[in-house]
Amino acid sequence: MERIELTAAWAKGQEVLAEVTKESGVRASKCYQCGKCSAGCPVAFAMDKTPREIMRLVQLGLMDEALQSHTIWLCASCDTCSTRCPREVDIARVMETLRIIAKRKGSVAEKKMDLFHDLFLKSVENNGRVHELGLILGFNIYGMQPLKDAHFGPSMLLKGKLSPLPHTIKDNGEVKKIFANVRKRGGKL
Amino acid sequence: MKRVGVFICHCGTNISAAVDCEKVAENAKSFPGVAYSTDYKYMCAEPGQELIKKAIKEQKLDRIVVASCSPRMHEPTFRRCIESGGLNAYLLEMANIREHCSWVHPDDKERATIKATDLVKMAVAKVMQNEALVRSTIPITKRALVIGGGIAGIQAALDIANTGHIVDVVEKEPSIGGRMAQVDKTFPTLDCSACILTPKMVDVANHPNVNLITYSEIEKVEGYVGNFDVTIRKKARSVDLKACTGCGTCIQKCPTKVPSEFEMEMMDRKAIYTPFPQAIPNKPVIDRENCRYFKSGKCGVCQKVCPTNAVDFTQEDELVTERYGAIVVATGFDLFDESVYGEYGYGKYKDVITGLHFERLLNASGPTMGKIKRPSDGKIPQNVVFIKCVGSRDEAKGKAYCSKTCCMYTAKHATLVREKIKDSNAYVFYMDVRTPGKGYDEFYTRTTDQYGAKYIRGRVSKIYEKGDKLIVWGEDTLLGRPVEIEADMVVLATAMVAKADAAKLAQMVGFSYDQNHFYTEAHPKLAPVETHTAGVFLAGACQGPKDIPESVAQASAAAVKVCGLLSKEEMPTEPIISAVNEAICSGCGMCVPVCPYTAIDLKVIQERIHGKTVSRKVANVNSGLCQGCGACTVACRSAALNLKHFTNEQILAEVDALCL
Amino acid sequence: MKYAYYPGCSLSSTGVEYDISTKKVAKSLGIELWEIPEWNCCGASSAHLTDHLLALALPARNLAIAEEKGLDVAIPCAACYARCKATEVEVRNSKEMQETISAVIERQYTGKSQARALLDVFVNDLGLESINTLVNKPLKDLKVVSYYGCLLVRPPKLGFDDAEDPQSMDKLIEALGGTPVDWAFKTECCGAAHATTKSEVGFPMIEKILTAAKETGADCIATACPLCMSNLDMRQTQVGAKYGQNYSLPVFYFTELMGIALGINPQELGISKHFVDVSGIVKKLNEAAGRRDTA
Repeated sequence: MERIELTAAWAKGQEVLAEVTKESGVRASKCYQCGKCSAGCPVAFAMDKTPREIMRLVQLGLMDEALQSHTIWLCASCDTCSTRCPREVDIARVMETLRIIAKRKGSVAEKKMDLFHDLFLKSVENNGRVHELGLILGFNIYGMQPLKDAHFGPSMLLKGKLSPLPHTIKDNGEVKKIFANVRKRGGKL
Repeated sequence: MKRVGVFICHCGTNISAAVDCEKVAENAKSFPGVAYSTDYKYMCAEPGQELIKKAIKEQKLDRIVVASCSPRMHEPTFRRCIESGGLNAYLLEMANIREHCSWVHPDDKERATIKATDLVKMAVAKVMQNEALVRSTIPITKRALVIGGGIAGIQAALDIANTGHIVDVVEKEPSIGGRMAQVDKTFPTLDCSACILTPKMVDVANHPNVNLITYSEIEKVEGYVGNFDVTIRKKARSVDLKACTGCGTCIQKCPTKVPSEFEMEMMDRKAIYTPFPQAIPNKPVIDRENCRYFKSGKCGVCQKVCPTNAVDFTQEDELVTERYGAIVVATGFDLFDESVYGEYGYGKYKDVITGLHFERLLNASGPTMGKIKRPSDGKIPQNVVFIKCVGSRDEAKGKAYCSKTCCMYTAKHATLVREKIKDSNAYVFYMDVRTPGKGYDEFYTRTTDQYGAKYIRGRVSKIYEKGDKLIVWGEDTLLGRPVEIEADMVVLATAMVAKADAAKLAQMVGFSYDQNHFYTEAHPKLAPVETHTAGVFLAGACQGPKDIPESVAQASAAAVKVCGLLSKEEMPTEPIISAVNEAICSGCGMCVPVCPYTAIDLKVIQERIHGKTVSRKVANVNSGLCQGCGACTVACRSAALNLKHFTNEQILAEVDALCL
Repeated sequence: MKYAYYPGCSLSSTGVEYDISTKKVAKSLGIELWEIPEWNCCGASSAHLTDHLLALALPARNLAIAEEKGLDVAIPCAACYARCKATEVEVRNSKEMQETISAVIERQYTGKSQARALLDVFVNDLGLESINTLVNKPLKDLKVVSYYGCLLVRPPKLGFDDAEDPQSMDKLIEALGGTPVDWAFKTECCGAAHATTKSEVGFPMIEKILTAAKETGADCIATACPLCMSNLDMRQTQVGAKYGQNYSLPVFYFTELMGIALGINPQELGISKHFVDVSGIVKKLNEAAGRRDTA
């Protein structure tokens, strides 16, 4: 395993660390590495690093490694970690913030999951609401798996669970404005 | 002409880092009355004190201001210093430029220096009006009270009694012994807890200088150091201790079973009971809440079978008041309520138990006769999981502090699992292993190395039942991987917390406690068994989590403090008390109910007005009782009451110095 | 009792029966639901992964509309509820955030109008006793595991129930005449959108919950979230096939079980829209009711 030179890494990580602290409102130094977050995390089995290890990377300023991890994308935002943390560290919020920063930096370890969220928000921006059929179709086409879950389609349509056309709200101008205003304030959507 | 000397202390860098001490000393030279002003690195040290004494002589100083730390810390030091320099001790004022200034304003030296100058200015204005005060003396009652009959209380009582003083031990439970009586073996030697405790219990019970007052609580505390008047409620035992021989027939015949508190409710006791076989006094008590006779008026079997007619249903609580010179508080601890950990299922899963439950399972006279068995089905567990820091080091659900004892007792438990159960596994989930005691780390090393307990670094997140197993989810943080254990039993190392009624007792006796309701020592390093209330001392876990050796050491220390006090015939009293200006006292009596120490009453005086003798009422302060709190001076409408050393004039002078 | 009603996107598509049953049940309980006109998507569960401000602004618009009406918002979907609650609290606790949000949505929202989980409204505002008195077709002998999901009772300081061992749905089932079955997976996460975006991660999560539910011997699962519903119901056969299991475990929205117990025709509640067959349970309940009627 490669040896990490910690002082250089710390200096290099400062800028991103400051962003994480500011945007999440969480001081990573509060974490005492007990691992309760990872012990109860329902997605830990699929992660390349446990949530505790992500917190450790942040504590040491090893931000690139944190931002490149799959963990931050696999986090289901279920809040189990934050709920049980004995130091009241909002770990889920840190994961969320790291994801946002990773995306901003174009360092996306789970491209397909990211695509889903992009399409989701596109749908919200266009229609004011999510058009689930459009979202799934788009996701499958862009995700190069056009037939994924297709077998649900007919019965869903039949049960009235999927509408072929999006529900668009009348006041959608307002929602579009929300997106525009967030962009104006620096939001990268 | 009054000549004030001002001495500014740097306190190393504690003050000088935030305050320009030289400048403050320079500024002080211009204050009215100041004849001499200087600064020094450590004013409390020998050279600093010499500096003051020398200045008194050479500069002919007649009053002194020391600007340094809190008077709580060093006022006695500097009073002694100026006394030996030839001045009355009360011609000293202290300006607290550390706690009140440098420590709270570390980042603004300029303004901190201005504030320090102001504080000194006020002290100078006040000391100009100080008067020499003379201490008087009061007699000391040569009897000590120990509250709590656990190992700390027992040790303190024995040590005090052995020096020839009389000690009363008040214990809330029907027997002395406390938590240590519940423990099976003690670390790091694994000797039997009862074998070392019960002889001490017998010693204290048989000691000619000790009176045990069990099943009793403190009701009221009045008075002050040397003379505390304590009212004790002796709860109705329903058994005449003098008549009872402790034969136990009543216990055998009692038809009512109640879960035993001593056995952590894993066994039953009777409604008439002794908490455990070696109880002292080994005479029963009736638990009236559960007794059939007290609930329904029927039964009374115990009374019928008693060969000495000792059972007395008509007994009532008895209040007795006794005077003591000193008090040792040794009320012990409670266990944290882990049912707040829904993720661990304590209270829901029978085989998730606490360390104290486990002690009873290990104990030969416990519910399983010393065999480790599961509470749910009595099976011997093969895989036992221990979880440390349950309630400790947990700001979210428990307490922020470390409970200090759990690392060692968990190591002990893991050792005993491996020793007692063939082919068993003991897994210990821990965050840190803290074993800084003599022989402690060696004990822990044996637990893992010789006894093969498996230590896993990580906090457990969830426990759930699957069939007859308990599934434990943790992370092995050293591997960085989630782990799971199919356990047969889970033992939670529960935090030690202050007694539920700790605050109530502290308020009653009149000493302070911290945010966790542990009692506050007078100084964390230099006065660890004293409280801020003179004559009240602390021993054992009521002051903070502690193991047995530490509790015993602290108890002996408290005993020495008590003996020191009781060895004197009388003690000097603080002369800072209220005084009445009888000429202007209107005798309204407002001050009488305001005084928390019942130190004021009204007396009749005679005076001659226009040639006639008239009698009228005026306030009268009992100098032995007055504690100088000043409440009466505020209540007094005619300003006839004035607190010496803090007179209205002195306080106004300070205000003027600051504001004019 | 009157609340603003925020159904959320899923309730007009995959979770349409949640919407139908909520409205029916509210009506028969005398609770007036005022559907927020032209409500927009709250952004769950994508906005908060993309931009924090957007994640607060989207729910804020709906809350602002309710606030103009002076109403608290009843929200059936657990994910929508969680996002709305987070917005409400952050806006209420920070004047600065309140101003920012109001500027972004170009409406006033002060945090006064509260986000309330529909389950909370039923159990704590209306009360179990009132519900119990209106039951005319009790869920007799129906063993139900309540699946709260991860978001409904978190974070613990904002929740209306215990975050580790919540009870409100269990108590509701009891009030409906059913038998709540305790289990340890009440709040385990089902993986949300993972089943769609990364099934190799989402499926094992679903499997764990279904297996645990099956092991309790319960007849069905009750849920309060359309995403949980689609994972546990729609994907049940698919997940079962992958792990060689035949769960055959019907999943209901708690509102559907309420509707049945209140005597509403199950078909009107939309339960035919489920993927796992529920007819066995409906038949069993009908028979029990029939026996009760004749007896």
